[in-house]
Amino acid sequence: MPIDWKQYELQENFFDELISSPGNARQPARQLVNYLSSLSEDDINSRKIAADSTIKDMGVSFTVYTEGGNIDRAWPFDIVPRVISKTQWDKTAAGLKQRLKALNMFIDDLYHDQNIIRDGIIPEFILKQSKNYLKECEGVSPRFGVWAHICGTDLVRDSDGQFYVLEDNLRVPSGVSYMLENRSIMKRVLPEVFEKVNIAPVGDYPEHLFNTLVALSPRDIAKPVIVVLTPGIYNSAYFEHAFLAQRMGAELVEGSDLVVQDDDCVYMKTIAGLERVDVIYRRIDDLFLDPEVFDPTSVLGVAGLMRAWSAGNVALANAPGAGVADDKVVYAFVPDIIRYYLKEEPLIPNVETFLCYDDEQRAYVLDNLDKLVVKPANESGGYGMLVGPHSTKKERETFAELIKANPRNYIAQPTLALSTAPTLVGKNKLEPRHLDLRPFILQSKDTYVTTGGLTRVAMKKGSLVVNSSQGGGSKDTWIVDTTTGNR
Amino acid sequence: MLSKVAERVYWAARYIERVESTARLVNIYDQLLFDMPRQVNFGWYNLIVINSLEQDFNDRYSVRDERNVVKFLLGDDTNPCSIVSSLQSIRENIRTTRDVIPAEAWEMVNELTQFVQENLNQGINRSNRHEFLDHVIKACQQIVGLMFVNMSRDEAWDMLMLGQNIERADMTTRNLDAAIAAILQVEDDEFAVNSRQIIWANVLRSLNADQPFRRAMRCSIKGAPVVHFLLADDHFPRAITYCLNTIIASAKALPKSKDVKREADALHKVVIASTNSESYGSSFRDDLNELQIAIQNLHQLIGRTWFLSEQ
Repeated sequence: MPIDWKQYELQENFFDELISSPGNARQPARQLVNYLSSLSEDDINSRKIAADSTIKDMGVSFTVYTEGGNIDRAWPFDIVPRVISKTQWDKTAAGLKQRLKALNMFIDDLYHDQNIIRDGIIPEFILKQSKNYLKECEGVSPRFGVWAHICGTDLVRDSDGQFYVLEDNLRVPSGVSYMLENRSIMKRVLPEVFEKVNIAPVGDYPEHLFNTLVALSPRDIAKPVIVVLTPGIYNSAYFEHAFLAQRMGAELVEGSDLVVQDDDCVYMKTIAGLERVDVIYRRIDDLFLDPEVFDPTSVLGVAGLMRAWSAGNVALANAPGAGVADDKVVYAFVPDIIRYYLKEEPLIPNVETFLCYDDEQRAYVLDNLDKLVVKPANESGGYGMLVGPHSTKKERETFAELIKANPRNYIAQPTLALSTAPTLVGKNKLEPRHLDLRPFILQSKDTYVTTGGLTRVAMKKGSLVVNSSQGGGSKDTWIVDTTTGNR
Repeated sequence: MLSKVAERVYWAARYIERVESTARLVNIYDQLLFDMPRQVNFGWYNLIVINSLEQDFNDRYSVRDERNVVKFLLGDDTNPCSIVSSLQSIRENIRTTRDVIPAEAWEMVNELTQFVQENLNQGINRSNRHEFLDHVIKACQQIVGLMFVNMSRDEAWDMLMLGQNIERADMTTRNLDAAIAAILQVEDDEFAVNSRQIIWANVLRSLNADQPFRRAMRCSIKGAPVVHFLLADDHFPRAITYCLNTIIASAKALPKSKDVKREADALHKVVIASTNSESYGSSFRDDLNELQIAIQNLHQLIGRTWFLSEQ
């Protein structure tokens, strides 16, 4: 029995990425949907098996911290891609560049003159109480005025079909390797569709990342030494660190491989002795970077790294302190930040956000906890959240106390009608599952946005939590050009 | 090249070599047992002795039979030299050196690990053991072959060569030692000549050396020529001389290699000196033992020279 798209149960009030009404595909997805209909139950099942074994062979894994001992775990992958039209994507990409450009101007301003506070756009106490604002960074001027070189922005599509920014990840966003691996899996799983449909390639990301990093080198030399600094094999994203280092031809190092000498330069320990490092793509959090300045017990970082960075002898990407702008309270101000620095209207809207420090907004939040999603200002990975409609009375009471105790640390947003896409359930049944999209934006000398990004799927029926750390999965994301005709 | 990466590449090469040689050793061992005259009594436990694993084995098993020995060598994850453990080590080392090893090597190691996990019982039971081990051997050769055709002859390559050849030299001394031990067990009776020949032929087969031996030595299989060949041949990749020459050549391409070269040269002279004899008996076991210690010392010197990060 091939797939009967008329049986696909579209969710009322949710935007579906592939299907517009029962039995009808959206234009960019039409060929894919027709192709899937031509496959038998066995065909689909065997492609699913092929995808799973490819993942095992590739060793694509994402560690979940609670699974003690076993550091590998296959990353759940769905073989039905998510499709977006190129026209819509181009607009979105412009909005993402605009946003990161403004955020970088904002960070640079915060660590220098703080004009945005003096001009009264952002209340001063927000900065004062930000966990991610680092005094040590004041007065430092990274190249091009850019602090967040690699940004992973989470987009969601609401019931109106419009993309909204859910959050900006400016510290150490992960997931781009899965975007790339998903594409190579899909090419093996559905090669026939790639022949026919105009799908934009994604494979040039490592090249752009490399160029972004090279441009940061403090030494004007032909071949700057670039390293990827990983916390090591037990980190959930180790796979990605190794993957990117390999694709860029950079060294993959841990803190113990690096040393800062008296000349305030960073060196790596090689078989021939010490070799100077120019650019560090660091995948460890700010507070573990340098035991001299931050957490003295950290063994992940390098003593003296902040000295070397402040002296301009090494570039860090992202720069320490960049996280000040991915505070979820600051998030609420991003549209104003864009208007303030760029004198432009934001191209992608924010999700409506209630700030708990504001008395009026807090009162609303406390009255409507069962309808809202409450998030701590400084957590990532979906930890410490309250999803109102799915919460128990006890959880809501706990959160009410937390909010009252520390209002600055909480924001709330309406429960979003996250868009859905057909996802393979069981052998060949397609059911809608909720998803989001994480494109990656690069900025140093130039800016770059991935074509599409990583689509994360909540694999559980009805669930809105897509984080890989919370058992989410992923799909390949196709940006399809419908204007130039087919191959 | 990072010192730590160098160390991991070196160990990955050693473990790949170890998986292949362990698989081959088990794979041909029943042929040896089938061929030996019934009067000669030695069994599977010799494989434990070859690998100096007596203590580990006896801690876990009281019966020294085929099943226990094979299980211990293939699937026991508490035995650090078992195929399962070695594969785990290869994986961990390659996982952390993926920036210098070809990407496909990582996929192949994953495939092989999967295969071994899923089919281990086939290797332990006799009926499909040959197919199972054959697959393991071929997969190892595929991985090494992939690196051989694809890797730049850079420092990572030299580290691979060092690891591979230290492991090979060590394995060859162990095979020789096991052969001498077996020969000493053979009673001086009418079957003796035949039994000795079977044992020496088995040594050559377990090192994939029978054909090269025939071509190089042009003589029948007897103790002295086999020992000479495995110690001193310049061309056979598992002959100790060849291994040492490769180690010296790789070391030359690396920085700070003076001590390693000198030590390997000295070791080579000792190896050549021990090819003067025409008969090899129990005293040769002492020589082999010292040779193993010297190889171990060379291994440590390699570590001190390039791996320890005391800069």
